[in-house]
Amino acid sequence: MSVMDAMRRFLLLVTVPALLVAAWWAATANSTDFFWPPLSKILGTFGETWFDGRFTADVLPSLARLLAGYLLALVIGAGLGVAIGSVRVLRAFLEPVLEFFRAIPSPVLVPVLMLFAGIGNGMKVLVIVSGCVWPILLNTVEGVRALDEVLRDTARCYRMRPHSRLVHLVLRGASPRIAAGARQALSIGIILMVISEMFAASNGLGFTIIQFQRSFSIPQMWSGIILLGLIGIALSAVFHLVEARALNWYTGLRRSQRES
Amino acid sequence: MTIESPGGPSAATALLDVQRLRKVYEGKGRGVEAVRDLTFTVGAGELVCIVGPSGAGKTTLLRCVAGLLNSTSGKVVLEGRTVTGPPPGMAVVFQEYGRSLFPWMTVRQNVERPLKEKRVPKAERQRLVAEALDAVGLAGSHDAHPWQLSGGMQQRVAIARAVAYEPHILLMDEPFAAVDAQTRADLEDLVRALWKRLGVTVLFVTHDIDESVYLGQRVIVLSNSPTVVLEEVPIDLPDERDQLTTRSAARFTELRGHVYRLVQRAKDGHRPQD
Repeated sequence: MSVMDAMRRFLLLVTVPALLVAAWWAATANSTDFFWPPLSKILGTFGETWFDGRFTADVLPSLARLLAGYLLALVIGAGLGVAIGSVRVLRAFLEPVLEFFRAIPSPVLVPVLMLFAGIGNGMKVLVIVSGCVWPILLNTVEGVRALDEVLRDTARCYRMRPHSRLVHLVLRGASPRIAAGARQALSIGIILMVISEMFAASNGLGFTIIQFQRSFSIPQMWSGIILLGLIGIALSAVFHLVEARALNWYTGLRRSQRES
Repeated sequence: MTIESPGGPSAATALLDVQRLRKVYEGKGRGVEAVRDLTFTVGAGELVCIVGPSGAGKTTLLRCVAGLLNSTSGKVVLEGRTVTGPPPGMAVVFQEYGRSLFPWMTVRQNVERPLKEKRVPKAERQRLVAEALDAVGLAGSHDAHPWQLSGGMQQRVAIARAVAYEPHILLMDEPFAAVDAQTRADLEDLVRALWKRLGVTVLFVTHDIDESVYLGQRVIVLSNSPTVVLEEVPIDLPDERDQLTTRSAARFTELRGHVYRLVQRAKDGHRPQD
């Protein structure tokens, strides 16, 4: 039975992607359109395009900047979120401002950030942070505010110290919302990773794809776009793995609430 | 103001001393007086029940005693010290068991957390946790999460957590209001048994008249809000109690009738002359 289940899940997972790839393959098989090369040709260039030096020269630096920006956004967002969610005065003061900053699309900040942070790695990481921090921050604020009153009282009664209250009550209690924000931030981060490399960059995935575009290396450009998609899948799989671990209790709690 | 009950403790031996407690909730433009004037004491090792009509400010009272809420005037003195925040040596069991256990911790971690806060050494901690879970009949559920357990079992975990903490006073706020009748009877007996075995002082708030008479050595009946003490009823039932014989005893029926009439009168707005 479990083998059958595994088979079913596998089929559910791969059916649509397989159909899409097949459709792409079929639609472009005899294509002579310069901008729309056959998928076979794109896949043929994939290996030599990316695994012949560019992986370490472009892909890894991109991923490193993404990781740095994302983790920084996570720390800043969760940290500020806990503070704002816990202190009513702070919330009253900052909430309108937060909405303002949140509404600004990060890409328009790139030229501004270039003025302050130059054109190096720092600027690119900053761009990623400036976009990723908002969903994490706002979700954390909500998560902290929604902490159960009885649980807070319990923590006070048993005289939990500020540090352990932060770790064992506030952060754990808000973690489902923090994770929801982090999930949104991840896709924003990938987009901003590419965008930050379109301006004044000398390496990176986004930079390379733009280079291919400008030099009319169309199959290579397409292979870059496919690589971006694959990276997205891989990162979201890693995220799910971590989330399932950390929020094991939450899925169980939700399930038991639904059943009762 | 209040009549000291014959069996009640004098102020000198009182573990808990509530003096002229008053609580007014400040709303927009007008205050709501929940508790007007409460004075009573609980002696070391006593099991005292507080009963009153619903909306009598029972929870307000308990939250003031627990140091979770500041009183408007009057004071709460526990072991000679005025309560200004949750005092050490006090444990609380809340009505909402499902919301007072940390869902991200296992049963063991829930019981162990307060002991870690108290910096109890590890070996001692493990012994206390095992003993407490054993005492409430949850020896086999250490690694379960609270939400995997039934309501009654969750409340047992909360009781185990309180017991393992080795408090001097245990406050219980309508702890069994949300469990079914049979579980409730079991948990009542569990509280009696733990109280006798550990010698802990228990202040048990309930709206259930039968429960208050069955459990308590003394029942403090509250008026309706703004709350004052209506009467303190000593419960002179034998110390050995069980659900069948105690509840069918003539004296139990008498006391129950007496408390019942008091609560009915409290509902009708009867108040002592003040």
